[in-house]
Amino acid sequence: MSALLSLCGVWVEYGDKVVLEKVDLDVEAGSFVSIVGPSGAGKSSFLRVILGQEVPTRGSILLDGVPLAPECGPDRGVVFQRYSVFPHLTALRNTVFGLECEKAPLAARLFGGARRAAEEEAAAMLKAVGLGDSLHLYPAQMSGGMQQRLAIAQALIKRPRILLLDEPFGALDPGIRADMHALIRQLWSDYALTIIMVTHDIREAFSLGTRVLALDKRRHDRHAPHRFGATAVYDLRLDRKEQSPLGITVDNNGNKLEGAA
Amino acid sequence: MRWVNRHMRRQDRLFLGGLPIALLLLLYLFMAMQRHSINPADKILPLPAGMAQSLGALMAQPDPLSGKLIFVADTVASLERLGIGIGISTLIALFAGLALGVLPPVRATFGPLVTGIAVIPPIALLPILFIALGLGETAKIALIVLGIAPAMLRDLAGHVAALPREQIIKAQTLGAGSWQIMIRVALPQAMPRLLQVVRLSLGPAWVFLISAEAIASDVGLGYRIFLVRRYLAMDVIIPYVVWIALLAIFMDALLALMSRRLFPWAHGASH
Repeated sequence: MSALLSLCGVWVEYGDKVVLEKVDLDVEAGSFVSIVGPSGAGKSSFLRVILGQEVPTRGSILLDGVPLAPECGPDRGVVFQRYSVFPHLTALRNTVFGLECEKAPLAARLFGGARRAAEEEAAAMLKAVGLGDSLHLYPAQMSGGMQQRLAIAQALIKRPRILLLDEPFGALDPGIRADMHALIRQLWSDYALTIIMVTHDIREAFSLGTRVLALDKRRHDRHAPHRFGATAVYDLRLDRKEQSPLGITVDNNGNKLEGAA
Repeated sequence: MRWVNRHMRRQDRLFLGGLPIALLLLLYLFMAMQRHSINPADKILPLPAGMAQSLGALMAQPDPLSGKLIFVADTVASLERLGIGIGISTLIALFAGLALGVLPPVRATFGPLVTGIAVIPPIALLPILFIALGLGETAKIALIVLGIAPAMLRDLAGHVAALPREQIIKAQTLGAGSWQIMIRVALPQAMPRLLQVVRLSLGPAWVFLISAEAIASDVGLGYRIFLVRRYLAMDVIIPYVVWIALLAIFMDALLALMSRRLFPWAHGASH
């Protein structure tokens, strides 16, 4: 299978502090990649680089074989842990926003028939994430779980090539989190999404992902801990989600052995 | 029960809030009556009847020069200057604040200039304004604008720049460009803050208005107060000050109401 997203020798450095070193990775279309790792291992930097929020110091990132522009764009959707939705817009207007930006560059608003069509599409998307009855609520009137559902609907209406999730369920209650897991798995198969999710929760990483990447520092220098960056130290492919844990292919010595699995 | 937990009911709040005001009024009345019992012609602490009489005269009596009723002419002149000054400042703060808050190159270019202007005491510029713009309305309005616009602008730019980074990123992943982010993400969220900033600027705006009127004017609330000061006419000064306070309270309440009506999402989950 050809790679949708490839990272080739990506380094991220802030001054003399190395955060990521030599990350090589191919993500196939349709995969659900979970990223785990200790705090400070560069999970967020990794996501920001793919998102285009940060430019890697070295290396290149290709999306469909084309180098990524160093800016965020509609080909990559994102859901953050918080602040992903606009507090001044209702759920419906939040979701229509993405369509309005594309079709009305100057006014950034749609009117008349175009607006009704966009609102119908947005309402359908909100229904798909379980917010069919909350179209006219403001985010402040919603629970944390509903806000994350809204953030997902907002991102999906642009049909992004890749959906990036930055600890999306980290601030939710355990019960709500289970519902959200079911939802995201459903959306992943319904819309044939490619998802990259950063999480703290190892169980979540394994239960949702088709592939789990663990980021950590491979080498430590006790006198200059900042001089070595993190990279993908484990790259586990979960062949079938229904299979026993024996079905997991463990690869702990490199990032470029996908073909061998 | 601890005092931090003693929440007041509405009735109690009204009663408690009115109490110190009523006490101060009583104290004033007591002292005024005491002075008047010693000297019936006392001018320093006039009795309410005397103030009503003087104010009534200003309301009914036309100005010999312009032919207008003095109290009305003063109020209209002052409110016009204040309105134009605050209006111009609000527009400057909104447009420049948005550009400075959202666009880093604009912030880098004009940020130091705005800071520089903001730290100059506006009253120190008044002579320059009078020299450059003459003694007419323009100089007075310019003083109000110079006095309040820089602070409003800086506050608004800071508020916009402090919008969560996630929102700006999210908007870009939804296909929004700089312009669309400015008008659809930053502008609506700046509006409630703008009303808040206007409310806070009302106080300084009145200060600059009255300063300008006191120094060079021929009509206006501040002009009248400083004019009659020469005759120790406390029976005019005190009603004028109360009137200014009432106008300021009314404007403040109006802006607060507008903010709640127009931007309910900015006032908590209870809308």
